[in-house]
Amino acid sequence: MGKNSSMERLYNGLVRENPTFVLMLGMCPTLAVTTSAMNGLGMGLTTMVVLALSNMIIALLRNLIPEKVRIPAFIVIIASFVTMAELLLEGFIPSLYDSLGLYIPLIVVNCIILGRAEAYASKNPVLPSLFDGIGMGLGFALALTCIGAVRELIGAGEIFGFRVMPRSYVPCTIFIMAPGAFFVLSALTAVQNKIRINGERKGKNMSKLQSGCSGDCLGCPGKEGEQNG
Amino acid sequence: MVKELLIILISSSLINNVVLSQFLGLCPFLGVSRRTNTAAGMGAAVIFVITLASAVSGVIYQFILEKLGVTYLQTIVFILVIAALVQFVEMFLKKFMPPLYQALGVYLPLITTNCAVLGVALTNVQKKYGILQGVVNGFATAVGFTISIIILAGIREKMEYNDIPESFKGMPIVLITAGLMAIAFCGFSGLL
Repeated sequence: MGKNSSMERLYNGLVRENPTFVLMLGMCPTLAVTTSAMNGLGMGLTTMVVLALSNMIIALLRNLIPEKVRIPAFIVIIASFVTMAELLLEGFIPSLYDSLGLYIPLIVVNCIILGRAEAYASKNPVLPSLFDGIGMGLGFALALTCIGAVRELIGAGEIFGFRVMPRSYVPCTIFIMAPGAFFVLSALTAVQNKIRINGERKGKNMSKLQSGCSGDCLGCPGKEGEQNG
Repeated sequence: MVKELLIILISSSLINNVVLSQFLGLCPFLGVSRRTNTAAGMGAAVIFVITLASAVSGVIYQFILEKLGVTYLQTIVFILVIAALVQFVEMFLKKFMPPLYQALGVYLPLITTNCAVLGVALTNVQKKYGILQGVVNGFATAVGFTISIIILAGIREKMEYNDIPESFKGMPIVLITAGLMAIAFCGFSGLL
């Protein structure tokens, strides 16, 4: 697979640089909306559409936007698409709109979108950027659906609203409440840590597998860039 | 009136805690909670910015967006206003209040991308709060953030001496702590 080919971009977003499982970006919506598999899927697909379209427009305009005001310009483009997505959801899928609520407009501040705009779309042609957005978005949707399914299975005994567990199973409701989100994410990061530690023992380069931020905002290398925005 | 504001104050700061039940502002919550004094600094900066931002966004919503009938532009307008506001506050403090800038300066750029600020502005609109109620809601939300980040920082300082399994070092144990705090905060739900 050639670098920047469409398939390579899709694979990259879904597996190699999966925004949730590998890069650990966009944690706020990941925790907040994954109370069920359906909500996770809805949020993931909405984010995918916004990400793909904003990536495409930013790639189109990449030579026109002055370097100094690029972050505000990106934010305006992203916010426009988010507003469109919000109005479309309100009009056509009101049930999803109601259950996601505040978190739809908050897609604007999802760091995956601004991160891809800055790291990929502002430097690459239109078609690869579009597929990069689709790939990353699908990866995000996949991750959210998986986390939502796990929480729904443990917390309600159902997946996508279908009863899976036997009738005698007593749902552990805490998992679809706020604390459960923290526990599920904690288990996820622990597994990630384990894989990284094992990989490093075998002498593999695992530098890619880490949380998107080092968890230390004050010493963050990306801070300087934010200040210009 | 006073009763209504008091209810907003309690429900936004304790019952619907912004981090522990709504998951907004999670990045600074996890990222700047290593020491209690930096956590307190971050909390103070957040209180300052969110209170100011909810006042400004409330005024803009009521007197510009509603008057012109373009309320659907709220997301775009709010995010730009908040980003500009944070930059402006930073410049203002640097010039006129150097001691305060020394204390809060490092945290201000981190707040631009804090989704709690935009979240509060949008919640104020959603719940149809007036400007005063919006400001109180913003202040209470930020106080809730400060309470939880300082508690987490205190626990993390103690936890440094504990023997934690290797794979749980770093983020995982912090998230478990946050989860336990969230359970504790569930106890407030019977308050009102």
